Amino acid sequence: MKAVLNVGFIGNPNCGKTTLFNAYTGAKLKVANWPGVTVEKKEGALRFHNHDYKLVDLPGIYSLTSYSMEEILSRQYILDDEVDVIVDVVDASNLERNLYLTLQLIELGKPVVLALNMMDIIQERGMEIDIHRLPEMLGIPVIPVSARKKAGLEILMHAVAHHIDQQIDDNIQHHHQVNGNHRHDHHSELPMVYSDEIEDKIDDLQEQLQSRYPQIKNYRWHAIKILENDKEIIDKYPLDTASNMDQNYEKEIINQKYNFIEEIIDEVLVHRQETEAFTERTDHLLTHPIFGLPIFLGIMALVFMLTFNVGDYIAGGFEHLLDWLSQLVPAVLAGLGANDLIISLVVDGVIAGVGGILTFLPNIFILFLALAFLEDSGYMSRVAYLMDGIMGKIGLSGRAFIPMLLGFGCSVPAIMAARTLENMKDRLRTILIVPFMSCSARLPIYVLFSKMFFPEYAIIVAFSMYIIGLLVAIVVAIIIGKLERSKEKNCLLIELPEYKVPNARSIAIYVMEKVKDYLTKAGTTIFAASIILWVILNFNFSGMAESMADSFAAGVGRLLVPVLAPTGLGYWQIAVALISGIAAKEVVVSSCSVLFGVSNINSAAGIGTMSVLLGNMGFGAVNAFAFMVFCLLYIPCAATIATIKKETNSWKWTLYAVGLQLAVAWIVTLVVYQVGSAFL
Amino acid sequence: MTLADGNLGLNYNVTSIVLEKNIERRMKALGLTEGTTVRLVSRKANGTSILKVRGTRLALGKEIVTGIHVDGGTV
Repeated sequence: MKAVLNVGFIGNPNCGKTTLFNAYTGAKLKVANWPGVTVEKKEGALRFHNHDYKLVDLPGIYSLTSYSMEEILSRQYILDDEVDVIVDVVDASNLERNLYLTLQLIELGKPVVLALNMMDIIQERGMEIDIHRLPEMLGIPVIPVSARKKAGLEILMHAVAHHIDQQIDDNIQHHHQVNGNHRHDHHSELPMVYSDEIEDKIDDLQEQLQSRYPQIKNYRWHAIKILENDKEIIDKYPLDTASNMDQNYEKEIINQKYNFIEEIIDEVLVHRQETEAFTERTDHLLTHPIFGLPIFLGIMALVFMLTFNVGDYIAGGFEHLLDWLSQLVPAVLAGLGANDLIISLVVDGVIAGVGGILTFLPNIFILFLALAFLEDSGYMSRVAYLMDGIMGKIGLSGRAFIPMLLGFGCSVPAIMAARTLENMKDRLRTILIVPFMSCSARLPIYVLFSKMFFPEYAIIVAFSMYIIGLLVAIVVAIIIGKLERSKEKNCLLIELPEYKVPNARSIAIYVMEKVKDYLTKAGTTIFAASIILWVILNFNFSGMAESMADSFAAGVGRLLVPVLAPTGLGYWQIAVALISGIAAKEVVVSSCSVLFGVSNINSAAGIGTMSVLLGNMGFGAVNAFAFMVFCLLYIPCAATIATIKKETNSWKWTLYAVGLQLAVAWIVTLVVYQVGSAFL
Repeated sequence: MTLADGNLGLNYNVTSIVLEKNIERRMKALGLTEGTTVRLVSRKANGTSILKVRGTRLALGKEIVTGIHVDGGTV
C-alpha cells in the first residue's frame, strides 16, 4: 500500500457528508479554495491502524456530468488519479436518489466504498435496509454509519484500507429483471448493465477508443460519456462517431440507471414509508403560502436581534477593554521611554484600527451561530423557496435576501453569508449590492449630521438613509442584471432536505472556521490598512504633521475638492473625513471632531459649535444631506473590502466593487445635491 | 396538461419534459425522468411549487413546473 492513502469523500448535497468528514478530522482541517474557483476544498489528515490517510471532502453533487463547477471539479479530481479510494456517502433515508451518483461512481472504475449514512433515521422510521443484498447488487462494500452518533467510523476506514487493491468482486451475479442476449455476459462483471442496444454501442466505442487513445484507463466509462454526449470528453477524445451517434443516448442511459435503482430499492428496502411525517407537517406550516413569509420574517427578526442586541452588548465590553487599553498603553509605553510617534502609531493606528474590528467579533460569532443553525436544520433552502418571487423581480435568487438583510447590521458578515448562494453569478451580484445596505457603523454619521442640520426631523432623515440604501441596492441589482443580459433565466431549482436537529459539532466547526477566517484574513489586511491610514493622516513630507490639516491626507483632500464640489462636498476637511472613513465608517465622526477641533462632538454644545463652523464655510442643510448620502454609498470600509477580496478571490472584482460604489455614490449625491439646491 | 395545472396533494405521471437542455439534464439527474411519479405538495401564488419525486422534495420555479407534462392525478 502507498505511504499515504488518498480518500475522497463524495455524495449528494445534504447527505451528511461534511458531518461524517468532520467526525474523522475534527477541527483539524485545512480549508482552501479549489484552484481558480471559490468552491471550498477541505482536507484533513488521519492516522488509523499505523497508516496515514489524507481525506478530501469533495463538493456535494447530484451527478458526475459536466454542467456545474462542482461536478467538473469532483470528476477531474477522481480521474486525475489523486484519489485512491472513493467513499460515497449515501443518505439511507433517501436511497433512491442517492444511488444515482453511486452508479456513476462505480462506472468510473475506481475503488468505491459506500458509507450508508443516517441509519439512525431509517430505524426511527421503522424502515429496514437489507445490507447484505445491497452490496451484492452493487458489487461494492456497504458500511452502515451514523455521522452524528459517530458510529461505524472505524469499520468504514477499515473497509477503505482493504478495498484499495480490489476490483469489483466477479463471483456475484448481479440480478437484473431484464436479461438480454448480449454477446458479453456483463451481468457477471458489472452491476450496471444497459440494454443490448446501448451495450453494443458501448462495445463499439470502446474498440475505437482503445485503438486511438491507448492511454485511457477506463474505456467503458469514456464510452458511456461519449454516448451521453458529454462535451468535455468528446472534445478531449474526438472520434469518428458519425456512424454510431445516430441519436443522443443520454436520456436512455439515465432512465436505465433509474430503472436499475428501482430494482435495488424493491429488493433492499423493507417497510418503505411514503410520508416522512415530521418534515411534511413542519413544511405544511413553514412553507405555507400565507404564513410562511411572516414566520420567516419573524425568524430573521430574532436572528437580527440576537446578532445586534446581544452582540452589541458583548461588544460594549470589548469597547471598554479597548478604552482601557488605549489609556493604559500610552502610559506604559511612555514609562518604557517610547517617543510620541510610537505611542501614536500603537494607540491611534493599531488599537483604533484592529481593535475596532475586534469589536465586531461578537456580532459575527452570534450571526454565524444562528445561520449555521438555520442551515444545518434544513430551513435555509425553504427561505429560497419563500423569497423566490420577490427577489426574482430584481434578478436575484431567493437566498440573496439573507445577506441583504444582514447588510443592515454589518457588511462583513453579510458578504460572508453570500457563501450560502450556490450560483457564482448570484453570489457576486449579491456581494456587489450588499454594501449599499446601511450598516450600523454608518448610523453615528446620520445621528450627528441630522441632529446638527435637521433637529426636528432627525429620525426621519436618518431613516431615509436606510430607504435610499435599499432603493439604490435594488436599482443597481436590476441594472447589473440587465447589463449582464444573462440568458439563464433565474429559475428556482432546489432540494428541500429533511428537517433535522442541528449537529453541535458541525455548527461549532463551521462557526470557528468563520471566526478564524475573519480574524486572520481580515485582521492582517486591516492591520496594514490602519497603519497606512495613520501614516497619511499624521504625516507630510517633512515628517510628522503638526495637525491633520498639514498631513498627506489633507493634501489629497485638497486635490479632491474640485471632484467633490458638484456634489456639495467640495471642502478639504470633508474629503479628509471621507478618506478616514475608509478605515471604518464611524471614524468619519471622530475625524470631524479632530478636523474641526470640536472635542465633545456628540454633546449639544459640540453640535452647536460645529454647525456654526460648517455654516461659516457655506455648508448648509442640503450639503449635510448630500454628505450623509455619500457616506451611505461610497467605498465600503477596509474590513468590507478585505472580505470582498477574500470571498471573490479576485482583485479585479474587489476593485470593480469599490469603483462601482464610488461611481454610484458620486452620481446619486450629485443628483441629490443639485436637485436639493434647486428647490431649497 | 403540465404540472402547473395539477391539484395539490395528487400524484401525477410524468409523460414528457420540455425544458432548456441544461435544466432538463439537472432534473433528470435529480430523478425526474419520463414515467416517474411526482406528487404536487405545495404551490405559491407566483407558481413556484414543491413536488415530491423519488422521496425527495424539490422546490421549482414556475418556468420549470410548466415544462413538466403529466397525466393521471390520483390520490
